[in-house]
Amino acid sequence: MIINVTDQAGENHELEGLEGWRVMEVIRDWGLNIKAECGGALSCATCHVYVDKDWLDVVGAPSDDEEDMLDSVGDVRSNSRLSCQILCSDALDGLKLTLAPSAAKD
Amino acid sequence: MSTEITTDVVVIGAGPCGLFAAFELGLLDIKCHFIDILDRPGGQCAELYPEKPIYDIPAFPVVTGQQLTDNLMAQIAPFAPEFHFNRMVNSIEKQEDGSFKLETDADEIFHAKVIVIAAGGGSFQPKRPPVEGIEQYENKSVFYAVRKMDDFRDQDVVIVGGGDSALDWTLNLQPIVRSLTLVHRRDAFKAAPASVNKMKEMVMEGKINFLLGQIGKLDGENGQINHVHLTTDAGDLSVPATRLLPFFGLTMKLGPVADWGLELNDNTIKVDTEKFETSVPGIFAIGDINWYPGKLKLILSGFHEAALMAQAAKAIVSPGERVVFQYTTSSTKLQKKLGVA
Repeated sequence: MIINVTDQAGENHELEGLEGWRVMEVIRDWGLNIKAECGGALSCATCHVYVDKDWLDVVGAPSDDEEDMLDSVGDVRSNSRLSCQILCSDALDGLKLTLAPSAAKD
Repeated sequence: MSTEITTDVVVIGAGPCGLFAAFELGLLDIKCHFIDILDRPGGQCAELYPEKPIYDIPAFPVVTGQQLTDNLMAQIAPFAPEFHFNRMVNSIEKQEDGSFKLETDADEIFHAKVIVIAAGGGSFQPKRPPVEGIEQYENKSVFYAVRKMDDFRDQDVVIVGGGDSALDWTLNLQPIVRSLTLVHRRDAFKAAPASVNKMKEMVMEGKINFLLGQIGKLDGENGQINHVHLTTDAGDLSVPATRLLPFFGLTMKLGPVADWGLELNDNTIKVDTEKFETSVPGIFAIGDINWYPGKLKLILSGFHEAALMAQAAKAIVSPGERVVFQYTTSSTKLQKKLGVA
């Protein structure tokens, strides 16, 4: 499956994802600018992404816990998600995301 | 006057790997002191995910971050390491005799033969909201913590966030400020229900303003803000403000470690894989903060690194002393140290 990621500098990247991986892990593995501080424990919000509007329904809504974590960043939009909470699957082949400024490494 | 402490080893960071280092050092009769920016042991495990299950610690099919920390504290208790919490190491200076002098932001000076950096992803520091130019106002009119309440007296204060810190300071500061605006992105709060109810009462009584939105940009000059721009569902707003308190929690940053003259790789410290020593002899780095080819950021790896580091540290702390490698299962000498024989 392919995930299309636009980084904070506006550059597009076509990443190969693996079924069952978290989208955060794919982005981190490809070396893009994502801090992902807690490693997927839903405890930091440093893997914040904006999901392309066309993919929002497929990806689904954030859980209450994810919403709580999103409170800890200052650049939340209506299409914000934490990429550690999106699991790669065939249904997400072609997914389009943009890395949020708050996901950047220092 | 500064407090001066002399010890064999100073461990910077009291996360799992640092704590286990105290065990390995203790088996070799090496005394250590811990310095940590947090107010308790456990590092990232205790701060970020105390209740989250960890599945890859050997012999623990599942253990939470807090349980792991508690167990490590029990394991190192026989060696009585000393902890210095709520402090940051500001500087490290190598002395002529090869030892080190460390200064903390709590006006302490440590003298140690060996330094072990076990600081994980760095030190926990407040999250800076992505607002352009906010740095120029920090510690002048933008604060990430309230040190002195009087700094907020008769000021127009904007507090951003929906957690306990935001709510607590909204309630505490309201009686002394000129005006107070609480900004949160949604009408749900991750704070104590009693605080949320009290805040809502104050809004009803007109004592504070509550706005749904996020901070956009700041207006001001010479470090002093005068307006905070907010993005809300109803459009953009400008709120008069002389003090801004963003409460977005903590994140990890390398911090002063970057200034200690160690060879770095990105935001990590380069070490060898024999001793886990940095580019400065006598300074070691273990756990997530170090880097070597093949490094895996696992607690498991940090434990292994701590054991090898301790053997190398022994040669520095007690030069010339022959170290016989022993197992805790069979050595009565080690068992006596652990208080079980």
